[in-house]
Amino acid sequence: MRSLSIELPGLSLKNPIMPASGCFGFGKEYSQLFDLNILGSIMVKATTPEPRFGNPTPRVAETPGGMLNAIGLQNPGLEKVVTEELPWLEKFNLPIIANVAGSTEEDYVRVAERISKAPNVHALELNISCPNVKTGGIAFGTDPEMAKDLTKKVKAVSDVPVYVKLSPNVTDIVKIAKAVEAGGADGLTMINTLVGMRIDLHSAQPILSNRTGGLSGAAIKPVALRMIYEVSQQVDIPIIGMGGIQSAEDVIEFFYAGASAVAVGTQNFVDPFVCPTIIQELPALLEKLGYDHISDCIGRSWKKNEQPAYHRA
Amino acid sequence: MKKELCQVVSNQSIADSIYELTLSGSMVEEMKPGQFVHVKVSSGLDPMLRRPISIASIHKEKSEFTIIYRKQGRGTSLLAEKKPGEFVDILGPLGNGFPVEEASVGSTAILVGGGIGVPPLYELAKQLVKKGIKVITILGFQNESAVFYESKFAEFSETYIATVDGSYGTKGFVTDVLSTKNIGGDILYSCGPTPMLRAIEASSYAPKVYLSLEERMGCGIGACFACVCHVKDDPDGHAYKKVCSDGPVFRAGEVAI
Ligand SMILES: Cc1cc2nc3c(=O)[nH]c(=O)nc-3n(C[C@H](O)[C@H](O)[C@H](O)COP(=O)(O)OP(=O)(O)OC[C@H]3O[C@@H](n4cnc5c(N)ncnc54)[C@H](O)[C@@H]3O)c2cc1C
Ligand SMILES: Cc1cc2nc3c(=O)[nH]c(=O)nc-3n(C[C@H](O)[C@H](O)[C@H](O)COP(=O)(O)O)c2cc1C
Ligand code: FES
Repeated sequence: MRSLSIELPGLSLKNPIMPASGCFGFGKEYSQLFDLNILGSIMVKATTPEPRFGNPTPRVAETPGGMLNAIGLQNPGLEKVVTEELPWLEKFNLPIIANVAGSTEEDYVRVAERISKAPNVHALELNISCPNVKTGGIAFGTDPEMAKDLTKKVKAVSDVPVYVKLSPNVTDIVKIAKAVEAGGADGLTMINTLVGMRIDLHSAQPILSNRTGGLSGAAIKPVALRMIYEVSQQVDIPIIGMGGIQSAEDVIEFFYAGASAVAVGTQNFVDPFVCPTIIQELPALLEKLGYDHISDCIGRSWKKNEQPAYHRA
Repeated sequence: MKKELCQVVSNQSIADSIYELTLSGSMVEEMKPGQFVHVKVSSGLDPMLRRPISIASIHKEKSEFTIIYRKQGRGTSLLAEKKPGEFVDILGPLGNGFPVEEASVGSTAILVGGGIGVPPLYELAKQLVKKGIKVITILGFQNESAVFYESKFAEFSETYIATVDGSYGTKGFVTDVLSTKNIGGDILYSCGPTPMLRAIEASSYAPKVYLSLEERMGCGIGACFACVCHVKDDPDGHAYKKVCSDGPVFRAGEVAI
């Protein structure tokens, strides 16, 4: 599997495949189905300073090729994550990416400072893009100045590299990406969910009790690809891509767009074995496409002058 | 818990829009009454998410199990088209199930089911009777054409039917049967619409009561926080239970319904 290893700030990944935040909890449930050691990493559920219950149910609604969720950042809180959830993951040989969330700047700083000291946390994912909370979250992710400031403050307290998770709910994602890069971000993760709605035919009311929710799954793949394509050409920091990935072919497409690693979210619910399957299938797909190493695929859609590896041989 | 391609043994309509699907697979070994399976009804994106359906009966000797579902939206409509010999992608068994061990030999158990909440009670009834427990069953349906499994329950339990429009059995709700017939017992198990579960929780038909809840699901295994409910003692706090993995069966009074 040497063809799959990737080095990113803070992260020595044996392969570039990891479950996306919020779609894999803290790993316990999926560990009943397969050995988590085969994963490149795990992006664990968002952590806020205090425990959060989240939004009333219904929190999910199906859409063509996707789903809406309005979980509302439910999580057991910083203390429990640091003393129970993360230590449980130590038995695996996995660099963990901790998803940091909050309502205020202080919240983010508090979580980042403490969680970045956990021995198995090798990077932070700053969640400034959750569309399902009333304060904070996405507000930081839609204003370039706020995003930059917050990145700086979190960088100042974090013991590990900081990746900033971008929201697609903006008119110019490149602007935000450049702002957080200027704020000192070590990498980007993108995209979070797109704000959407479904309305019940009988009640005439939105299906989600939060009314709106974040759209994820195959339906958002083209949006994610376009945004990664645009951003990767304008920044010098690596991107972990996500949004609708279901297969090894999708992974290559994200690398072509400019991602250096990828995360799989919603598809875990459809096929809990999606990550192991992709990891198993990637080497053969790379060989078929004529690449020695998956890194040869990064940004190939816009690096026009480079020939595929088999042309170089 | 495992993910398995289970083969369709039979799939037929047993009442208005109600289908009985029997599948074979090795996951049957692990099944308990009140647990559910998460069914992928199509191999493509339409629809994408799995559908949670209760286990209605378990046949370990044949490695088969049966689920009963109402043809409702896109997912269950596609499920109704499955033919014998075809394979269905199933994740299961999931959830905790009804605690059979809470009923003691020689005691009386009351089973109360409403609509598509009836199926999980059938395997439960079988196991209770086998253990030497007297079972009284009360089933509620919309109308006569929606009634199913009455005779199956009647084989080994005293069985009452209520229909909302009065076209069959007692007119009204299951709680009307419970009250007018003065039914009591040592333990009560129930599954059905939330208003029905609330009514049962609010009365005292038995000292021990267990309720099976429904909630919209994502993962079905406890990872996504889609199906969470508050606990009764802390209805506005951050304590929670997940219907998929802590439930779907809860002791009455454990969670806020
Ligand atoms: C633990 C559990 C056990 C269940 N057991 C049974 C059973 O034995 N027999 C049966 O007929 N039904 C059962 N249901 C309800 C069943 O899951 C829904 O009827 C089914 O998902 C509807 O899918 P659809 O595509 O036909 O409908 P649609 O309305 O098109 O579904 C759209 C979306 O909403 C979800 N959804 C719709 N209704 C429900 C519901 N009542 N509960 C949860 N999610 C829902 C679907 O899963 C899907 O994601 C159970 C639900 C749960 C949570
Ligand atoms: C149920 C659910 C919960 C999520 N929770 C979080 C979260 O806590 N933090 C976060 O940064 N992103 C969260 N996300 C977004 C995903 O990590 C991911 O960015 C998005 O779903 C797109 O990827 P996908 O299409 O593969 O799911 C969540 C997504 C879903 C579906
Ligand atoms: S459905 Fe995912 S936690 Fe229950």
